[in-house]
Formats: sequence, structure tokens, C-alpha cells
Amino acid sequence: MKLTLKIWRQDGPADAGRMVTYPIEGVSEEMSFLEMLDVLNEDLIAKGEEPVAFDSDCREGICGMCGLMINGQAHGPERTTTCQLHMRSFKDGDEVVIEPWRAEPFPVIRDLVVDRSSFDRIIASGGFISADTGSAPDAHATPVPKDNADRAFMAAECIGCGACVAACPNAAGMLFMGAKVTHLGELPQGQPERDARVFSMVGQYEEEGFGGCTNLGECSRACPKGIPLNVISQLNGDLQRAYRHRS
Amino acid sequence: MATQTVSAGPRSGPNSILLKTVMAVTGLIFIGFILAHMYGNLMIFAGKDAFDEYAHHLRTFGSPMLPEGGFLWVMRITLLVSLVLHAWSAFTLWARAGAARKTRYQVNKAAKSIFVSRAMRWGGVALLLFVVFHLLHFTTNTIQVNGDFSRPSDRLVSSFEVWWAVLIYVIAVLALGMHLLHGVWSAAMTLGLNTSLDRAEVIRVVSVAVAAVVVIGFLAPPFSILFGLIP
Amino acid sequence: MTETLIEGLYTEGEPVADAKAPKTDIVTMWQQRKFDAKLVNPANRRKLDVIIVGTGLAGASAGATLGEAGYNVKSFCYQDSPRRAHSIAAQGGINAAKNYKGDGDSAYRLFYDTVKGGDYRSRETNVYRLAEVSVDIIDQCVAQGVPFAREYGGLLDNRSFGGVQVSRTFYARGQTGQQLLIGAYQALERQIGAGTVQMFPRHEMLELIVVDGKARGIVARDMVSGEIETHLADAVVLASGGYGNVFFLSTNAMGCNVTASWRAHRKGAYFANPCYTQIHPTCIPVSGDHQSKLTLMSESLRNDGRIWVPKNRDDCEKDPREIPEEDRDYYLERIYPSFGNLVPRDIASRQAKNMCDEGRGVGPKVGDFRRGVYLDFADAISRLGEDAVRAKYGNLFDMYERITGENPYQVPMRIYPAVHYTMGGLWVDYDLESSIPGLFVAGEANFSDHGANRLGASALMQGLADGYFVLPNTIRDYLANGPYEPLAEDHPDVVAARASVEERIEKLLSINGERSVDSFHKELGHIMWEYCGMERSEEGLRKAIDLIRSLREEFWRNVRVLGAADTLNQSLEKAGRVADFLELGELMCIDALHRRESCGGHFRAESQTEDGEALRHDDEFAYVAAWEWGGDSGNPVLHKENLEYEFIELKQRSYK
Ligand SMILES: Cc1cc2nc3c(=O)[nH]c(=O)nc-3n(C[C@H](O)[C@H](O)[C@H](O)COP(=O)(O)OP(=O)(O)OC[C@H]3O[C@@H](n4cnc5c(N)ncnc54)[C@H](O)[C@@H]3O)c2cc1C
Ligand code: HEM
Ligand code: HEM
Ligand code: SF4
Ligand code: F3S
Ligand code: FES
Repeated sequence: MKLTLKIWRQDGPADAGRMVTYPIEGVSEEMSFLEMLDVLNEDLIAKGEEPVAFDSDCREGICGMCGLMINGQAHGPERTTTCQLHMRSFKDGDEVVIEPWRAEPFPVIRDLVVDRSSFDRIIASGGFISADTGSAPDAHATPVPKDNADRAFMAAECIGCGACVAACPNAAGMLFMGAKVTHLGELPQGQPERDARVFSMVGQYEEEGFGGCTNLGECSRACPKGIPLNVISQLNGDLQRAYRHRS
Repeated sequence: MATQTVSAGPRSGPNSILLKTVMAVTGLIFIGFILAHMYGNLMIFAGKDAFDEYAHHLRTFGSPMLPEGGFLWVMRITLLVSLVLHAWSAFTLWARAGAARKTRYQVNKAAKSIFVSRAMRWGGVALLLFVVFHLLHFTTNTIQVNGDFSRPSDRLVSSFEVWWAVLIYVIAVLALGMHLLHGVWSAAMTLGLNTSLDRAEVIRVVSVAVAAVVVIGFLAPPFSILFGLIP
Repeated sequence: MTETLIEGLYTEGEPVADAKAPKTDIVTMWQQRKFDAKLVNPANRRKLDVIIVGTGLAGASAGATLGEAGYNVKSFCYQDSPRRAHSIAAQGGINAAKNYKGDGDSAYRLFYDTVKGGDYRSRETNVYRLAEVSVDIIDQCVAQGVPFAREYGGLLDNRSFGGVQVSRTFYARGQTGQQLLIGAYQALERQIGAGTVQMFPRHEMLELIVVDGKARGIVARDMVSGEIETHLADAVVLASGGYGNVFFLSTNAMGCNVTASWRAHRKGAYFANPCYTQIHPTCIPVSGDHQSKLTLMSESLRNDGRIWVPKNRDDCEKDPREIPEEDRDYYLERIYPSFGNLVPRDIASRQAKNMCDEGRGVGPKVGDFRRGVYLDFADAISRLGEDAVRAKYGNLFDMYERITGENPYQVPMRIYPAVHYTMGGLWVDYDLESSIPGLFVAGEANFSDHGANRLGASALMQGLADGYFVLPNTIRDYLANGPYEPLAEDHPDVVAARASVEERIEKLLSINGERSVDSFHKELGHIMWEYCGMERSEEGLRKAIDLIRSLREEFWRNVRVLGAADTLNQSLEKAGRVADFLELGELMCIDALHRRESCGGHFRAESQTEDGEALRHDDEFAYVAAWEWGGDSGNPVLHKENLEYEFIELKQRSYK
């Protein structure tokens, strides 16, 4: 099939950037979206033009490295990661607009590549359980009720791709942060630091300049791992609980 | 250079979740008032006397502990403070959201959410303007729609015999309904009540119910008057 | 030992031996080593710098643990976040000899299974320790909040994996690697927050700095600004993962590379058993020429799916549902009646290839060849019902459907083997120290624990064992002699290392030839797959060596790398990696050629039994082949480390 791609090109962090149109032919249904871009890049290299920079690594939907805004949807029309989106979701003659994630805490580095280290800093501020190596009791010392274990797992599925931020009209990162707070807060091991964790993570979140959530739910709809909105509610509740404990 | 970017740095003002909590709590206060107010308005169906009685009762509620009109003032102050806090939080979050995405997408399919988001903010502003108008109309009697009446029930009935007055109120009440449709859901989310998929369903249903009750409850008197069902 | 060229390809040097494993009973050995290893006073730890390249299970866990201990750690990865290392993709699970099921498991049994599974080509001492510390890994991960699968009673669940008879595999649905890595990543981030670890994401190590024979730092490129940086330290740890991407198509991530290991190899670190690669039988087949990577489907599918190809070539194009039972060849069940579809990975892979080579492969033609066999669930669905099958494999079926567009509940799946794991890697001793003092290697990047074949769910175990428990205890013995003499940035060896990196980048950018980097990588991958893949022969390997040499020559003459050095430049990154693969590929072929036996993942056509099964030659080849770099125009030097089996008796594998 033939497509018309409109791609954001930006030479570096300081460049203003622009949309550039590239026609592409010979796209087959089996190709993944990123393989389609690989083909485009091979064409560009053959013509002596610099290839389009985009992030990807595992290409199987688990590392969270890939992420493009495709026709106004984070990760495109299916609920999956960009690398797992296949060209059979498009039809001959389609126009496909490809943009990087847009949010001030995710500055564009080049073309479609953005910097998501703000997420790492949120985790570094408190998204962990302090358990020094070697100090752990036997794993069976603390049974975890299955319901809690399941909910913790559900929240732990987040791959840190940033689609939630990209999709949110407020550029809020609450689904990401809520997922971590819920994951660790559901487990007995996570209780001792529960209040401190949410204070410091929210503090860091604010420093990163994310927007505030107004519970619109776009994030969860875009999330390739289907993290539900209730993790945001959990996060809100945990913060309020922490304030109550403090006073 | 250890990491590529550094964070934007401390932000002035309370954190966003705290602001949201303020909005939710003040929002709930509004809902409480709105429901009571609606109940009061419905008194008109029990007759003009009942309605006036209720309006009067509002002023004497709590006496002799409170001076005449004391309860009313406590309520008014609470509402006013809530409104200031609510609006201030809303505008602060609005500004933060704007600062968090300076470059917009060329194409964006989050159309529904963007609409809801705008509707909350502009709808809130519209509500604020309406309340000002409404106070001038009914409470201070500054704006007189269809003659000058001292009895609240007369003011009510005569006003809603005028079609454009009804129209203003219909628009305002629909705006309120919209605000509550998302607002109730949002407040429950903010207060940490949505902890499972089942809970989410319940909250959705409650939001729709509250919005529907408020819209129907508020619109029943004006329409009844317009169609001459109430003498 | 000889100076003369063997096979026209390599020379043989002094044998090597592991000198660090204490000479005691295997059960007390690790305790003894931990006791013998010198301690570093807590106040001194802050003065000791350790560089860790890689943030996978091995690197992140080592970084976190050394950070907790108070060393000054600098951690590097090429992705934008340490959380994205390819360990994240592991699906199946992690082994540990917890014996929670009370089914007779023990450290000794895990040790035994691992040595046997590795086809008797691994070092007993290391493997025993691996089995011993495996239990601590689970405790550690649970304490960190890793959400392993649990039973209704709230205790951890286990499953049996990879054909062993005990249930010792801990798992977190199909995302065990992800959950373990996130645990290690969070521990690492905690140390980053605490300031003991400094993180350098989007930094690629391009050279090792060796001064006075000791590893003293690395040269890295900041992949955003293009800046070439030197980082100096008292010790360097490589935890940079496997090199399966030398085959271009593999289940590895796009960025997996051998550069870190290869650069160290060129500076004197021995590369052990490079030819040992594991080919996984259940991957989704290649669908076209533009495919960039292969996706693994969990091995558990073979528990209920039946593998077959049509008996007649003419049926290969038919709708499989229209091929009657009598025209189907359930070849694994036919050849291996007792193990059937559950034969080990290497056998299942090789037989699938044989079927396709006979022209009985199915699915679309890629080139003029069909690469695929059916994995049919029709029986399971009629026996258990569709719902039961969905409950067990639903997410895998969905993934399959997403990628292929076919519904496996109705049409049989198609699978084909793909390169998955590399058992070879930098040679290390019991302390995980390479042949360069001060250079330690952990995780898939070293060769240590899996011999010629890795058991399912053992790589995760090894990565975490190395990072959490082994390395932090052994490296202190080295660090206790530090801090080593401070180095100036303008030390001649440092300057030279940096200059060589800059020169190479300049060279790559200036060739401005006709062919893209990917086209070279694909061609190399093709050569490797054809001649150094599932079945290797003398003739093929010799041919491959010639092809690789001329491809390498062409690369340095005709590659086209556009763009500049001082910005994010993905073509440049790839070019550097492919250049190293082009050198590694040759060494892999030489290693495969010299090992005239079939063992584990290495099947030599010339060494098989009468009925076509792998044949080992313990008398000649019970050694680790540790290769020393022979220089750009020289030949590699083989150092043999003899493998002695004191506890386990060597046997030929048989699955008939
Ligand atoms: C699809 C798949 C499924 C698997 N399933 C299982 C399973 O179920 N059970 C099991 O036990 N094993 C499994 N394995 C194997 C196992 O996942 C890996 O062997 C193991 O995770 C490797 O961990 P590592 O820490 O050594 O390396 P990796 O996780 O690969 O990490 C490598 C790190 O090195 C960095 N790096 C590499 N080169 C450079 C450089 N030049 N400069 C800077 N940084 C660099 C990378 O950024 C990364 O951080 C699977 C593997 C794959 C591919
Ligand atoms: C200046 C005027 C106002 C503005 C700008 C405004 C704006 C908003 C916004 C942005 C929200 C948040 C919705 C969300 O989370 O998405 C909200 C919530 C709410 N508003 Fe208003 N509003 C205003 C006035 C009012 C008035 C007059 C009422 C009542 C009559 C009201 C009742 C509510 C309620 C109940 C909520 C739900 C609380 C919550 O979301 O947490 N608002 N408003
Ligand atoms: C059809 C709809 C409505 C009717 C008939 C109505 C009627 C009245 C009347 C009669 C009063 C005067 C009471 C008194 O002073 O004795 C009043 C006061 C008031 N109304 Fe309404 N109202 C309506 C809708 C609304 C809405 C939608 C809002 C808010 C968003 C609102 C907010 C108020 C407020 C704040 C007061 C002032 C209370 C006080 O402090 O005295 N009303 N209303
Ligand atoms: S919550 Fe979902 S969308 Fe957000 S980072 Fe995690 S996986 Fe991506
Ligand atoms: S879309 Fe945005 S507003 Fe909240 S619910 Fe999701 S973060
Ligand atoms: S590339 Fe890893 S999730 Fe897409």
C-alpha cells in the first residue's frame, strides 16, 4: 500500500522543528509501524537524506522505549505500543501524521525522540521499597493475600512509556505515578514507607512540571498496558491519608 | 552530565493533588447547597405559602442560638469562601496545564476529553457569571424581570412568566448539570473513592443521577410556571 | 602451546585456569571465598569508584548493591532509562532451589540439572554457587516488592519449566523479566536518589581504558550531544548483555550489541566459547524482508500444542485445516516418541529447520523458502475446550494474532526457531574477573554458568546472582587494594583510548559509501544464520569466514553513515555496533570450526550419531575455549581451560 507520512522533524533540542511530508510505497500489512519507518529511513539514506530518529528497543511491547503520536493518538489507533502496531491497521492512501510526545517534562531531543528522565527522577525520589541486598527475610515470611497481589501486579505492569502523559490534555503524569504508588502500596512490604513515598514522589512530580489531573481518563485509554484509572484515585487517597497521618 | 535534563525546579503553591482536593471538597459543599436549594425551590409546588415559609425559615434557622439570618450568613460565608478557593484552584491548575504543554499536537483525537476539560473550565466561569446575575435577580432584587415584588414566591412566578428569563435559567442549569456530570465523578476520584472497576461503575451512575436530579429538579419550577401550571 | 597456525586460522596459547575458587568442598566453597575476600573499610568505600556498564538484571542489581555498600558507582546504559534493559523482555520465569513445593529440590539438584542442561561444558564451581545463592534472590526480590504469582493462601506459586521434574520456577505471569528488572531498577534509582550511584543513560561505552595492565575506565559517547567522555575508576564491571544480534534477526532488542565486550576483548579480555548460541524453537516466523526482529512465544505452548508439517510438499500451500490427519507429519512425536513435542530447545529447533530444508515448511515464502512449522491447538481445544485454552494461553494467542493477523484458535499457529541467547561471552574466573585485572563481567555478557546450552529460567537467576550476591562480594577483594593511583585525564593511555574512539567515528562518517549500515548487518546476519546457526559444518564455516572477511572489508570502504558526530545520530550508533559484530562473527565461526563436536546449542554436522543426534567428544573438547585477540592483522589465540568434573558424571544426552 501507499501512504503519505507527515512527520515532525527537529534537528536538535534548540531547533524549532517542522512537519515534513514523505510519500511511501510498498508498505505491507505484516510490517510493524516501526518497520515501516525503517523502510522510509532506508529510502532516505539512499537519497542522502538523514533518517528520521525515533526510539525503540525491544520491539515487542515491553521495554517502553517506543512511543509516537500517530494521527493524534498515543501509540496509534490500537491499544498497544507503537512497536506492536501493525500496518494492517491502516489502509491504502491513508495520511499518517507522526509527532513526538508533547509535554514540557518530556523535551524533544531530536525528531521523534523525547527525554523521559523525569519519570526516572520520580522513581528515584521514592518509587521503591528500601530493602538493602542481603537483609531480606525468607520470601514466605510474609504471605500476601491474592487480591492484593493481583492488584499490585496489575499496577506493576506499567512500562514507563509515557503515553499517559502524551495523551492527557493536561500533560499530567498521574497514571504513571499512581501505578507505582498502587503497586507498592498494595504489598505488606510497602507499608512502612507508604506515606513518605507518596509525599516525596508527588513533590518530585511537581518539580518536573507535569500538569494536574482533572480525571479525564485519556491516559488510561491510551495506556498500552491498560492501567486503570483507579490507580490515580488510589494515589490521591494515599496522599490525603499521608496528610492525615502527619497532622 | 549525569542525566539529560534537570527538573524544572520547585513549583510555587500547593501541589496539584492538594488543589484538586480543595476543589473536590468545595465542590461537595456546592453540591450540598445545590441539592438543598433545589428542594427549597420545589416547595413552590406545595403552594406559594410553603415556599415563602421556607424562604423565611432559612433566615430563622438556628435561632435563638444564632441571630436572625445567622445561619444564612454562615452559609453565605462558607459558600463565598468555597467559591473563591474553588475558582482559585481551578485557575491555578488551568495555568499549570497550559505550562505543561506549550507545543500543541497538529492532530489530536482526545476530542471528547478536551471538550470536557474546556467545558469544566469555561462552564465554571459561566456558572460564576450566572450566580452574580442570579443574586442580583433574586437575592438583592436589583434586576427586576417582570415587576417588583417583595414576596419571594411572587418574584419567582412573575419572573418565569417571561420566556427569556426562563431561557437564561435553562442554560445555567444545563451548564450546572454538565459541570456536575464530570464534577461528581471527578470529586470521587480525587477523594480516593475509586478503588476498583466496580466502584468506578457506581461512581459513574451516581454522577449521572446527581446531574439528572439537579437538572430536572431545578427546571421543573420555571417550566411549570411558564406553562401556567402554577398560578 | 604453539606458534604455528592451526587450521590456518588461529594459534594456541597457554592454558588458563580459574585460580580463585578455594580448594575446598563445593558446598563450603562460596562461604570460604566470601571469608577470604578482603574487606573494605566503610569509610574507604566512598573513595573507590566503580563503573558499571549495563543496567539489566546483572548491572542494575550490582549497581544498587555496591551503591548501598557505599562505593561511588557510575552506571551506564544506551537506552533512555535504566529500566529498559533487555532483561525486561524475559517472559517465562526464574529458577531457585527453594523447594517450596517439597518435591525434592535442592541446591545440589539445581546444580546438577544446570550442568547437565549445559551439556557438561560449564564449570562446576560457578554453577554450584549459582544454585546456592538462587534462594536468596527470591527473598531479596520479594522484599523489594516484586509481584510474583501467588496462590490463594498468599504464598508464592511455582511451575515446572524447561523439562525439569521439579517445580522451581518463580514467575510473574508472562512478565517475569520485567518485574525483576523493575525491582532492581527501583533499588538502583533509590541509590541514584541517595547520591551513591550516578546514572548515565543514553551513553554508549565505546572503549575500555587499560593502564598498567589494569582496567581503569571507559570512553563513552553521550548519545544526545555526541560528546566523547572519559570516565575513570578503580574497577570496571561489564554487564552489557548478550550478542545474539550478530544474527541481525533475533529475539534480542534492537540495540543489543557486543561493543562493550568486544572493545574489552580487543584490549586483552579473553572471549570464551563465542560460538555457543541458543536457538529458541517457538518464535513467530519471519513474515517478510523488512522484518527487524523476532518475537518469542513462551515455551509453555509446547505443553499443549502439537507440532507438524505436511507429509507432501505440495500441501504446503494449502489451508492447514484442509490437510487430513493422515497427510500430516507430527515429526517430533514420530522421531522422539517418549519426549514428543517436549524435547529440549536445541532438538526442537534443529528438527524444525530440517523439515523446512526438506521443503516442507509452511507459511508465506520469504525469499523462495518457507520458514515455519505448525503448532496446532486443535486437539487441545477439543479436549479441554476453547475457554480452558484461553485461560492458559490467552495473552500469547492475542500477541500472536496482533503480530500475524491470524486467529490461532481457528488456524494452527506457525512457529520457527530464532536466535535467543548467547552462552558465550567474556571469560571470567570464580570472582567474575576477566583476564584483565579490575575488569569484571556479569550476566549474559560473561560465559560462566550455562556451558553449551542454557536451561529455561536460568539466565534471570544468573544475572541476579551475579549482581546482588556474587560480584559485590568478590570485587571487594580487588577494591581492598585500592584506591589505585589516581589517573589524570591526560595520561597517555587515556588520551590514546579517547583518540581511537574519535578517529573511528570520524572514519565511519567520512566513508560516505553506497550501502546503509542495516544492509551490512542483514547480510552478516544471513551469513551467520546460514553457516553458524543451528547446524554447522567445516565447509560452511570456512565459507562464512571468507564471506565475513570480505563483507568487513566492504563495510569499511562502502558504508554510508549520514549526519554528524555531535548530535543524536542513530546511524552512527548502529555503524559502530555492526563494525564490532563483523569482527565477532568471524571469531564465532573460528570457534565453531575448531570445536569438532556437537554439544548443546552447537551442532556440528560431522559429529552425529547414526540416527542424526548430537555427539559430544569429552575426551577432546571438555574445555572452555577462551580466545585472545590477536591484533587487527594477527590471528586469535586459543587458551583452553580444562573442565574437571568432580561431582557430576558426564553422560551423553538422549531424548529418544
Ligand atoms: C525474549 C527473551 C525472553 C527471555 N526469557 C527468559 C526467561 O524466561 N528466563 C530466563 O532466565 N531468561 C530469559 N531470557 C534471557 C535473559 O533475559 C537474559 O539473558 C538476561 O536478562 C540478560 O541480562 P543482563 O543483565 O546480562 O543483560 P541485559 O538485560 O541485556 O542488559 C544489558 C545492559 O547493557 C547496556 N549496554 C549494552 N551495551 C552497552 C554499551 N556499549 N554501552 C553502554 N551500555 C550498554 C544496555 O543498555 C543494558 O542496560 C530471555 C531473553 C529474551 C531475549
Ligand atoms: C469560577 C467558577 C468555576 C470554575 C472555573 C470551575 C471549574 C471547575 C473545575 C475545573 C473543576 C474540576 C473538574 C475536574 O476535575 O475536571 C470543577 C469541579 C467542580 N465544580 Fe466547579 N467551577 C466553578 C464554579 C463552580 C460552581 C459555581 C459550582 C457549584 C454550583 C461548582 C461545582 C463544582 C463541583 C461540584 C465540582 C467537582 C469537584 C471536583 O472536581 O473535584 N463549580 N469546577
Ligand atoms: C431555576 C432555578 C433557580 C431558582 C428558581 C432559584 C431561586 C432562588 C431564589 C428564589 C433565591 C432567593 C432566596 C432568598 O434570598 O430568599 C435564590 C438564591 C440563591 N440561589 Fe438560586 N435559584 C435557581 C438556581 C440556582 C442555581 C443553578 C444556583 C447556583 C449555581 C443558585 C444559587 C443561588 C444562590 C447562591 C442564592 C443565594 C442564597 C443566599 O445567600 O441567600 N440558584 N435562588
Ligand atoms: S501508565 Fe501506561 S501509558 Fe503511562 S507510562 Fe505506564 S504503561 Fe505507559
Ligand atoms: S488523562 Fe489526564 S486528566 Fe488525569 S485522568 Fe488521565 S491524567
Ligand atoms: S520498543 Fe519496547 S515497547 Fe516498543
